[in-house]
Amino acid sequence: MEPDAPLDWPSAIHRALKSHRVSQVSYVPDAGHKRLIELCHADKDMVVVPLTTEEEGIGLAAGAWLGGERAVLLMQSSGVGNCVNALTLVSNCVFPLLMIVTMRGERGEFNPWQIPMGEGTPDALRLGGVRTVRLERAEDAFATVTAAAKLAFESCGAVAVLIAQRLIGAKSFEEKP
Amino acid sequence: MTEATLDRREVVQSLLDRREGLLVVAGLGSSAWDCTAAGDTPLTFPLWGAMGLACMVGLGLALAQPRRRVLVVTGDGEMLMGLGSLATIAARRPGNLAIVVLDNERYGETGMQKTHTAYGTDLAAVALACGFAKAETILEGAQLAALRASVHGDKGPIFYQVKVKRDAAPLVLPPRDGAYLKHRFREALLGETKTSR
Repeated sequence: MEPDAPLDWPSAIHRALKSHRVSQVSYVPDAGHKRLIELCHADKDMVVVPLTTEEEGIGLAAGAWLGGERAVLLMQSSGVGNCVNALTLVSNCVFPLLMIVTMRGERGEFNPWQIPMGEGTPDALRLGGVRTVRLERAEDAFATVTAAAKLAFESCGAVAVLIAQRLIGAKSFEEKP
Repeated sequence: MTEATLDRREVVQSLLDRREGLLVVAGLGSSAWDCTAAGDTPLTFPLWGAMGLACMVGLGLALAQPRRRVLVVTGDGEMLMGLGSLATIAARRPGNLAIVVLDNERYGETGMQKTHTAYGTDLAAVALACGFAKAETILEGAQLAALRASVHGDKGPIFYQVKVKRDAAPLVLPPRDGAYLKHRFREALLGETKTSR
């Protein structure tokens, strides 16, 4: 195995999405999702949809499934709170839902305003009927996202992969004024 | 503002009559009842909740089915809750997506409180400013034939704000079971063997 490849976790997530034929990618950006968003934009088999607010992506994913396509929704943990009522669309209709959430308010957080929603993210998702799975280590990225996609698209489940701030790294946040 | 003269049921009937391959997403409340009154069919997906998301469901569907026309029929209150989705749609510019807002300037299901369009918000102007290919306000019956032709044929994304009367029409309710609505839509569109795709 190439020594560097397993550490490129955004690329591993991108490959996992492709292996499950995800073709619509929506996002409200996060610094932690920067590379994955770039990979998706560069992928001619993916339609990338920038959102103004995260709950839009729940509607988009439902529409994609109605039309026979698979979608993924990328956001940071502060966006989870915006999704709560939208998640009733998923639970009522039993739509598949795959969310990939970069966590804020964890290890090394410099912005105290990120902490309450970061701490509330797993519970907010649980209340909305979304299973959560943590991604802590780069080498687990492909397997974790592949398993989550399988649960979403083959079992019509709602699942969110929570990417630990430890993995994303708090450095870039700490360098901001 | 002059008093609206258009009847919402007649507007929707004229859009959905002989609809052929048209795929329809109906926003919650009266708009969904209007679409059901025009005929409950598998290829209309009526929402009973998720207020503010009708246009986004339409966008996901339009991107997934680029060869089919997709129409979102919703109300002014529902549209106002998801105004950002107009910017999102304009960013992708799906050529096969049309949005028709039935604007009675009221929250019809909750006691006829005024919506922001009653206070002057111009939804068509918002859509145009976001970058829609076409966005207009419809006021008269004489415009309905052109509205229908545009919804069925013009390159999208297109947006129509149709000023309608405040009269309450008889309730004609679609099925309420969301999983059923989803399955019948996918079966009709994708075929039975592909419903687990």
